[in-house]
Amino acid sequence: MEPRLANTWRLTVNEKKFIETALQSDLRIDGRRPFDYRSLSIKFGREDGSAEVQLGQTHVMGFVTAQLVQPYKDRPNEGTLSIFTEFSPMADPSFEPGRPGEAAVELGRVIDRGLRESRAVDTESLCVLSGKLVWAVRVDLHILDNGGNLVDAANIAALAALMTFRRPECSLGGEDGQEVVVHPAEVREPLPLIVHHLPIAVTFAFFSNESSVVIDPTHYEEAVMGGRMTATLNANNDVCAIQKAGGEGVLQSVIMQCLRIAGQKAYDITTKIKNAVESYNTERASQKIKRHTIVSSHVSGVSVNVGKQSQYVDQKDVSDRSKLIPEKFVADQSMDLEGKTKSSEQGQTNRIEGDAKNFIGGPSSWDPYSGAVNADFLKASLASRGTATPIKNEKDSMGENSSCEVKPVEPTEDINSASLTEAADTVLQTNREKTLKDAVKPKHKRKNKASFASES
Amino acid sequence: MEYVNPEGLRLDGRRPMEMRQIRAEIGAVAKADGSAVFEMGNTKVIAAVYGPREVQNRSQQISDKALVRCEYSMANFSTGDRMRKPKGDRRSTEISLVIRQTMEACIMTHLMPRSQIDIFVQVLQADGGTRSACINAATLALADAGIPLRDLVTSCSAGYLNSTPLLDLNYVEDSAGGPDVTVGFLPKLDKVTLLQMDSKLSIDLFENVMQLAIEGCKAVANYIREILLENTKQLEYRRGL
Repeated sequence: MEPRLANTWRLTVNEKKFIETALQSDLRIDGRRPFDYRSLSIKFGREDGSAEVQLGQTHVMGFVTAQLVQPYKDRPNEGTLSIFTEFSPMADPSFEPGRPGEAAVELGRVIDRGLRESRAVDTESLCVLSGKLVWAVRVDLHILDNGGNLVDAANIAALAALMTFRRPECSLGGEDGQEVVVHPAEVREPLPLIVHHLPIAVTFAFFSNESSVVIDPTHYEEAVMGGRMTATLNANNDVCAIQKAGGEGVLQSVIMQCLRIAGQKAYDITTKIKNAVESYNTERASQKIKRHTIVSSHVSGVSVNVGKQSQYVDQKDVSDRSKLIPEKFVADQSMDLEGKTKSSEQGQTNRIEGDAKNFIGGPSSWDPYSGAVNADFLKASLASRGTATPIKNEKDSMGENSSCEVKPVEPTEDINSASLTEAADTVLQTNREKTLKDAVKPKHKRKNKASFASES
Repeated sequence: MEYVNPEGLRLDGRRPMEMRQIRAEIGAVAKADGSAVFEMGNTKVIAAVYGPREVQNRSQQISDKALVRCEYSMANFSTGDRMRKPKGDRRSTEISLVIRQTMEACIMTHLMPRSQIDIFVQVLQADGGTRSACINAATLALADAGIPLRDLVTSCSAGYLNSTPLLDLNYVEDSAGGPDVTVGFLPKLDKVTLLQMDSKLSIDLFENVMQLAIEGCKAVANYIREILLENTKQLEYRRGL
């Protein structure tokens, strides 16, 4: 029942006094003002539903998984959402392996209250078959580094992971219409969860001297503070949960003032999370399209190169990057993503998306090695790109020639283009390997399917 | 479901701003240094305090203040359907922590260095607001044990159902899924030490509901003070002063 006090880390008296004295003149040891938040960065993993949040030195990873289970008797058509916390001793020596301590339980409960009791995640849409099968969504929060204010960081990690999580689509089949079919991600696009609003936890620390209040306390400040209050609000200024578990008494007016500040911070953090999720989704979409239609983007690349070398180089550049992106283990979506790469990547996405539309149905049937370029395919692909004006004249010439490589423009450029085509081919090859690897089902999706099979 | 009928009465016949009947009794556990039973309507809890005494586990000793420990548990028979595993679940761990920190804030721990105070609270009958009842019982037990306190911390809950703020929710109202605000209040210092809330409520409404809960805390504080005064008079009488 007791926290293991043996390993708790304590500040020296001098350090405590220093922090307290500095706070009296509104100074904090890391140079922030009392109501400044630390810098927040959100990263997403390769799989859907994993997020890593860094808030100053605090590091929390959130991971969401889902499983088909039987619903609770009293809620036959609602899925479940549960939060699990893992305090690894790696993060802080006072976290010891074994059963979760009080801090871990409190953290889990606060986040659970914020997310579940305010009905942030729509649980009714998680129902597959009333009374028989619902999705049980599980959020695992791993504390990787404790730099103070774990609640806020863990809450953001949980939200970011939930926002990017996708569950496989299900439908009812069989002769009686009672059999549940889980569609793998390749067959049907997995569905995102319905998140109504984002409850953001904002933590305040209260100090005994002259009733000073700070937002987002660090590890040091947490060792000195007399009390803490976590207010969970959403962007509409609704209070979703509050936890002030004893400690220093605070005037009612101070609490209301804190709530108003928390409302503003919640709005800021909501926008940050939404931006991060949006850029993750964009990237995800672009990767997804590459998986099926990598070839098509190269066809257009080659065709462009015939006429305009510069444009080809541009395309090659893009394809190089496309080769690089899958290798990045963690797609960095942090806030400070420079606008430059972002815009260029978005440009690339748009272009490829345009190509992808016509290739739905049979991109894999086209084999670039067996012979010359299929003229029909080219025509189709180029015709659909009517909006792309610079290629128009090539399109005409292509129609006459039916082959893109033989058209001589200038001797120098011809050689150039030939070598480049070769380069493009190698790129193509590496990409193809990647594509095949990509086609392998992610592990947890298969697990879901298996678990379903065992239950049904 | 209708929690407040058109006449403005709640399911158990109370007015929205009305508390349940409270009853307190000091000295329920003979062995303990201080103990109390506290009832809020059908919610009934018992609290026992041991200490200040020598720290049992030396490694936990704190050299400049007392160590406060708290254990909250619910009796198996306290709820409608008998509980299977009453101990060590996440809910009671959290409530233990909350009660401990709330009591720690009002005990003058710096007067009793290198010692330990144990608070045990058990729910005998649960009908909503067990957290509040436990804090009130613990305050009485601490006062009974003669432990120096800054203030008598009292607690009360309030909710918001059918667009009416309701004071002191019972089990049915508590499980309606509406907002539930529990406040722990230091009446003399006029400060809030414990504040817990779930569900969704806009900031302005929250202020009203919190205000209502604080009023409830003040009423409980008056009652607790009366009980303590009466108890002291009894002790005085028994000593023949």
